Amino acid sequence: MSAKREYEVVIIGGGPAGLTAGIYAARARLKSLLVEKGAAGGWIINAGVVENYPGFPDGVNGLELADAMQRQAVKFGLEMLTAEVNGIGLKGEQKILKTSEGDITARAVIVAGGSDRVKLGVPGEEEFTGRGVAYCAVCDGYFYRDVPVAVVGGGNAAMNEALELTKFASRVYVIHRRGELRATKILQERAFADKKIEFLWETVVEAIEGQDKVKRLRLKNVKTGKKSSLDISGVFVAVGFRPNTGYLKNMVALEDNGTIITNEKMETNVPGILAAGDIRSSSIRQVAAAVGDGAVAAVYAERYLAGK
Amino acid sequence: MSKPVAVSDSDFDQIVLQSKTPVLVDFWAAWCGPCRMVAPVVEELAGEYAGKITMAKLNVDENPKTASQYGIMSIPTLLIFKKGAPVSNIVGFRPKAELKKTIDAVL
Repeated sequence: MSAKREYEVVIIGGGPAGLTAGIYAARARLKSLLVEKGAAGGWIINAGVVENYPGFPDGVNGLELADAMQRQAVKFGLEMLTAEVNGIGLKGEQKILKTSEGDITARAVIVAGGSDRVKLGVPGEEEFTGRGVAYCAVCDGYFYRDVPVAVVGGGNAAMNEALELTKFASRVYVIHRRGELRATKILQERAFADKKIEFLWETVVEAIEGQDKVKRLRLKNVKTGKKSSLDISGVFVAVGFRPNTGYLKNMVALEDNGTIITNEKMETNVPGILAAGDIRSSSIRQVAAAVGDGAVAAVYAERYLAGK
Repeated sequence: MSKPVAVSDSDFDQIVLQSKTPVLVDFWAAWCGPCRMVAPVVEELAGEYAGKITMAKLNVDENPKTASQYGIMSIPTLLIFKKGAPVSNIVGFRPKAELKKTIDAVL
């Protein structure tokens, strides 16, 4: 490990927001590093096909899109490091990033660490994770051929999971606590048209039960209070996302839900710390938006550095 | 640098179960994004733990028998085998530091 690791810009997170910031920072000839805990790509690598990113009328595979963005950023000189960031400290105007691979110094930081799936938080969820409780239909749909499964949630992620699972499962139950979906209309239309998908409205999961593997869900109708049980072999949880900002609590201003508050220049309340993508307050969690955020953040990081 | 070894249904017994040193098996598939997050970490660990633990990769699509034998229903899953039996089960992506703790605990 090199002793001195100083950069003009350090980007945290290798999803579309971070990689776009990297492209812009590298092309601005700023000494730039992107820190990512795993492989680059962010959530789109779970997405299968991305259909709403402009320029790809036939859709684009999330993995391939992530790869292309990374190649583009690296081509212009962005450095990449596999490490987890555990904290940011300030030393005057310098930002010191505490990472699993040692300290890194930056003059500007772009936080683009995205979000992770929220768990249901019901009995059985931990116990059966990997034994019928799953969080990625593209990854695990394959293991549920010709058996009934459930998806919990009513947003875009849940509808994408349900539609993906219809390729494998015999039946897909969508369990949603509300009486209507939040998902984009086109996804709703597809889900409603699919004969394999059945909706259980105004219903919540109270427990996941089984023996060795998941066998059934304990359900409750939130309107009537009536309890029931549903036999399934798998349950895919897609009830929402939580921003990866645990290590930033005492550093930058956050909303109550943990997202980072920024202005329209992607600046946080700390000069030289910017944020982009899903981690940002009022993010719409779309690749197109993340890419825009990343570009804006990099340009204003450059201006911040030039102004000093 | 030691690299992860690809194992299959046919050589799983010989390479993993009969191994004198512990073996970490990364169950993966080409369509699985998070598997690609795990792969570089396992590769780095293969170098760092050379001689102490063998790193192996099993493609579940090409080797369904072994995957189903160990009840794999989510990928990525990392199973650590010691003397022919699984002793640790890690489902989903985990940062390298956490994996090292898990490995150190079973060595």
